Amino acid sequence: MNPKQVPRELLTPGADGRFGEFGGRFVPETLVPACEELERAFNEAWNDSLFRTELDDLLREYAGRPSILTECHNLGAQLGIRLILKREDLNHTGSHKINSVLGQALLAKRMGKKRIIAETGAGQHGVASATAAALLGLECKVYMGAVDIERQSLNVFRMKLLGATVEAANSGSRTLKDAVNEAMRDWVASVETSYYCIGSVMGPHPYPFMVRQFQSVIGKEARKQFQELCDGNDPNIVVACVGGGSNAMGIFSGFIDAETRLVGVEPAGGAAVGRGTPGVVHGMKSYLMQDEYGQVQEAHSISAGLDYPGVGPEHSYLASVGRAEYPSVNDQEVIEGFKLMARAEGIIPALECAHAVAWITKEAPKIQGQTVLMNLSGRGDKDVAQMMTILGDSLS
Amino acid sequence: MKSAQHKPGALETRLRQTRDTGRKILVPYITGGLTGWIDAIRGAAANGADAIEIGIPFSDPVMDGPIIQMASEKALRDGATPISILHELRGVDVSIPLIVMCYYNTVYRAGHTRFANSLREAGVVAAIVPDLPLEESAHWCESADSTGIETVMLAAPTAPDERLHRVVERARGFVYAVGLLGVTGERTELAATAVAMATRLKRITDMPVLVGVGVSNAAQAQQACAVADGVIQGASVVRRLLEEGADSVAQYVGEVRAAIDSPVSSNR
Repeated sequence: MNPKQVPRELLTPGADGRFGEFGGRFVPETLVPACEELERAFNEAWNDSLFRTELDDLLREYAGRPSILTECHNLGAQLGIRLILKREDLNHTGSHKINSVLGQALLAKRMGKKRIIAETGAGQHGVASATAAALLGLECKVYMGAVDIERQSLNVFRMKLLGATVEAANSGSRTLKDAVNEAMRDWVASVETSYYCIGSVMGPHPYPFMVRQFQSVIGKEARKQFQELCDGNDPNIVVACVGGGSNAMGIFSGFIDAETRLVGVEPAGGAAVGRGTPGVVHGMKSYLMQDEYGQVQEAHSISAGLDYPGVGPEHSYLASVGRAEYPSVNDQEVIEGFKLMARAEGIIPALECAHAVAWITKEAPKIQGQTVLMNLSGRGDKDVAQMMTILGDSLS
Repeated sequence: MKSAQHKPGALETRLRQTRDTGRKILVPYITGGLTGWIDAIRGAAANGADAIEIGIPFSDPVMDGPIIQMASEKALRDGATPISILHELRGVDVSIPLIVMCYYNTVYRAGHTRFANSLREAGVVAAIVPDLPLEESAHWCESADSTGIETVMLAAPTAPDERLHRVVERARGFVYAVGLLGVTGERTELAATAVAMATRLKRITDMPVLVGVGVSNAAQAQQACAVADGVIQGASVVRRLLEEGADSVAQYVGEVRAAIDSPVSSNR
């Protein structure tokens, strides 16, 4: 593939909400007027300098933006590359999720909604939603798969501490996919009073577009910071983990028009782009892990945040036109990546981000001397209890 | 009120005739693939159902509450597939129309034309696709129309009048009035939105208007039928099939039939 032949502009979907053939608005009739209202409200707000100023102030004074870049001198030397991290893990609440949640919560208030609903996998989006709700005086209900409640109990407690109600999703695989189903069912019943705060670049239009716009702050900052650090050059490679794909879309958006290789790393057990086929679930047409009859398959990943059988439609588009690539890594490689980053750099990454570390490690022999910008989208504190169980006393 | 611009298909013709004789229309919903589901169809048909809605189970039924979710999961665990369900339907010797309810990915995965053909070959005359709203429906409707499958559109309480007109325009078979803001499931009372939706729709169309979602027992069916041309009963039917079996469904359909055949009492 010659990278010069692929499109190099960031798409703004039209009225049909499509990125190429992907996206759209496949929701129950009850929700269509709400999606239309949200689309209007977002476009107005995004073009309103007062709204943007209010959001920028919150991002700066509350979330702690801009997030810094950190060069991994030890790991870079070990791998024979120049490795630089975008430190979204240093944001308030510990991940990139706060970027979108602050935007969406402000929008919810602007729309006169008093209650927000959210789904969460690892709990990072749930914690961010509960945080924004506490700050802005909104009621907050978070749906979380029963399996995830088990493996992310720390985040469950954080959400409760912040005043949110956490409701277990007990259907299906009892993970992120089922939490989305429950949140959508709540929204169908509460659409007149509630705002559905989706945690990734997924769902019906305008969510994939809107969440990308809110997360594009990552890419904007990172491009400028990287050029300052590296004599005006862009990185050879930008890499991020992909579940629904919001942190990846956030950083990719800043480099779509650059001569940069964009790599989204999926978990082997939830490789929607890598192993899926086009399908429709959760309001969108996108790559999906499904059987021959269109039943959605259960994802299996060590990381709750990536345990999702679908992917945001813009990633499906970028994959279909060859602008981004979506390799996958397995759980064992992720565990090694997690340990490696901790020991080499003194940074404990979220298990989600350890997927990106694992890919970089594997790819290193082929990319000697190149510059790699990795989005470290969350910190690993939330995963420590789970890793204690997995690693036990194997650590010397 | 607007008359239909399209040529009514088999389902619509049948339901119009039923309505015009003064009979209220009763459509029970049965999840395909559950133990006893074929017997339940026969029992419902013999006890006063005017059509049957057969749900093809899907892994992620976002419009469905706990009962139909449970039924879908169970049917899928027992190995039900769209193909096995449509195959079994071919052998059902009932004289009332059969309607399929399925989520869009089932249709999309099979291919629009192939799916429409497979419905027709199984003797199904209409389809309800609850996550395929008007704006996304053009391609499917094209295949369905040309195959003679009537696509029933849902009309929701959140739709402004302007939208309701467009939904009704595209509806075939009948108009499905969503009775409340929420997913399928039994409620203790009929929501005020049920009658309100039927009233709004009856004002703008002469197609049959059936209320579904949250019509939970015979009394509620009777209340809804004070304005609507009929009702769809889902969770209350499926719960009986799950808990008590096909005979219980037949008996329940008979009860609802009796209730909607007698006019609602004025002193309730």
